[in-house]
Amino acid sequence: MDKRHRWAGGNGGASMSAVIDTHAGEHHHGPARGISRWLLTTNHKDIGTMYLVFSFAMFLLGGTMAMVIRAELFEPGLQIVQPEFFNQMTTMHGLIMVFGAVMPAFVGLANWMLPMMIGAPDMALPRMNNWSFWLLPCAFLILVSTLFMEGGAPNFGWTFYAPLSTTYGPPSTTFFIFAVHIMGISSIMGAINVIATILNLRAPGMTMMKMPLFVWTWLITAFLLIAVMPVLAGVVTMMLMDINFGTSFFDASGGGDPVLFQHVFWFFGHPEVYIMILPAFGAVSHIIPAFSRKPLFGYASMVYAVGAIALLSFVVWAHHMFTVGVPIAGQLFFMYATMLIAVPTGVKVFNWVATMFRGSLTFEAPMLFAVAFVILFTIGGFSGLMLAIAPADFQYHDTYFVVAHFHYVLVPGAIFGIFASAYFWLPKWTGHMYDETLAKTHFWLSFIGMNLAFFPMHFLGLAGMPRRIPDYALQFADFNMVSSIGAFMFGATQLLFLLIVVKCVRGGEAAPAKPWDGAEGLEWTVPSPAPYHTFSTPPEVK
Amino acid sequence: MSDTPQPNPQPPRRSNARVIGWCLAGVMGMFAFGFAMVPLYDVFCDITGINGKTAGRYQASGNEETDANRIVTVQFIAQNGPDMPWVFRPVTRSITVHPGEPTTVNFYAENPTTDPMVGQAVPSLAPAEGTLYFHKTECFCFNQQALAAGETVQMPLVFIVDKALPEHIRKLTLSYTLYDQSELQAVSGSGQDNTNNNG
Repeated sequence: MDKRHRWAGGNGGASMSAVIDTHAGEHHHGPARGISRWLLTTNHKDIGTMYLVFSFAMFLLGGTMAMVIRAELFEPGLQIVQPEFFNQMTTMHGLIMVFGAVMPAFVGLANWMLPMMIGAPDMALPRMNNWSFWLLPCAFLILVSTLFMEGGAPNFGWTFYAPLSTTYGPPSTTFFIFAVHIMGISSIMGAINVIATILNLRAPGMTMMKMPLFVWTWLITAFLLIAVMPVLAGVVTMMLMDINFGTSFFDASGGGDPVLFQHVFWFFGHPEVYIMILPAFGAVSHIIPAFSRKPLFGYASMVYAVGAIALLSFVVWAHHMFTVGVPIAGQLFFMYATMLIAVPTGVKVFNWVATMFRGSLTFEAPMLFAVAFVILFTIGGFSGLMLAIAPADFQYHDTYFVVAHFHYVLVPGAIFGIFASAYFWLPKWTGHMYDETLAKTHFWLSFIGMNLAFFPMHFLGLAGMPRRIPDYALQFADFNMVSSIGAFMFGATQLLFLLIVVKCVRGGEAAPAKPWDGAEGLEWTVPSPAPYHTFSTPPEVK
Repeated sequence: MSDTPQPNPQPPRRSNARVIGWCLAGVMGMFAFGFAMVPLYDVFCDITGINGKTAGRYQASGNEETDANRIVTVQFIAQNGPDMPWVFRPVTRSITVHPGEPTTVNFYAENPTTDPMVGQAVPSLAPAEGTLYFHKTECFCFNQQALAAGETVQMPLVFIVDKALPEHIRKLTLSYTLYDQSELQAVSGSGQDNTNNNG
């Protein structure tokens, strides 16, 4: 490995030739007017914006469902909703947050940033890009419409285990399956687009090991998507056939096996959790060096660690199902394989810490979210290690400890990673600085609210409170009330984020091309706001 | 479209069509793999016995010797699948056998309804580790059971516990769940294929 200094972008010191589109006003290179701009656009920035707006709308919708859940759990007993509706809320909250909020947000960031980071004029497949976005609102319209159907929305948990979802599912299950098919197609097309862009459109001189880490993590994420979204499509297709066409994939009476469902589902499901975190790893690897004013520590090891995590994610799926009866050799294998993931993850955490070590740190909003990401994601990782211990998992399985664990990796992991990215690149997108005071308020309220909401769940789970139950024993009352208060606080705070973004789009202090003095990368060489077309002439990367 | 992408002066180093082709091949392959997991899972479970599904008809080799020094308890459980109205129970609830000794037990089934019905029993053995050492030479679960309205039947099961059963297993529990197949039978008649394979 060469000894050159590598900043987050891995292209530190690259001097950029004149790459700014100076003749934008000469002919019609600006966006079209009106609704057709958004319906027909093939511009990666427009599509990125639409993805981000859509994902925030879904975040609020899924968050509203979380508020219903927490309101019901505020006190023991049934106060607000019936158990049937509560089950629909937990299911839809999970599905909407995973497929509607987190995944599209990362695709939106990829659309906005990947071409600018690698010096490409647009995504490689711009028309498919438009299609893959517009499939998403269709898919979620179908999914959300199930709430108003006879028999209600899916109520079997976001993991939709058979036979709960096949033999005992509501009639709307078929619509749910169709929605999953469509969002799967959208994700696969998005992934193909990302791969084609990264492989084909890098600026001259940008070798693979000079690519910014966000580009690297997204490339690996795209491969994960291509590997597992078809398996998800397969498993819902099997469900469809079991429900409507009399097959018996998961029906024991016809020779099938319900446990098979869990194997196929989690073969998709475990890589899926890395799909939701790897792009955040990449973004944080830009933000921490920028606000530490130091190059990222261990660029190459970061790349290899992400690759290792992605590969390992294919051989750990049965740790989600220790209690269904996995033989002892299988339990040992999946336990050790799972624990092995802590090694590359640890490499990343130590590298981020080493990047901050003796840096000139400042704590603007992106950095606050990024530092909180490192600390809180690590807590989520540790509770994951506890869950990986097969004998201990028998106690934790399906309790609130699991809920605490995956919310600690997804909220301060994926969501904080997205917030950090949004604040980091908002000046580039809008041309205005966001309101730093409001953004810091947003951070601290989110940080406190999130910890209040999810930390007590560890104790609840260890004490035996089962997940997905609308009522609970009296001894769980206090922690649940704390948790609900934290959840309301976190939920309400997100409206502040909406306000900050709207404010930033409409005005504010003009942002320079590079608003963060420690930031590195090609995206900071174009003016703010980024012109409609960037890098029509590829930059030279040295 | 108004925002025609500007021509890219740098020709792509690889053709997009090739990347798309490889990616689509990967997508198709993984979709097929999802379905391939179904037979793979069955084969894997047949070899290892880890899901407690006992194998199909066992051909006794004839030179089975009884291990008279060892006693294994075999318990029988019968239960009904969802909405199955039959009376279904083991005649013998528990029996002690010597490994290698063929033993016959009976299960009792009765169709108390006023319609002819078809049932299918699906076995599961606990502990799963013993699955590979429990052989059935004759079992009602190899076939579907058709009972006329009000009909009762004694259904035989002949089994041999393998002498190679691991030492620490002293008790085996065989559970049958009886499922209503009348409708599936009427709709497709294809249940036969599935059910002959598991026993």
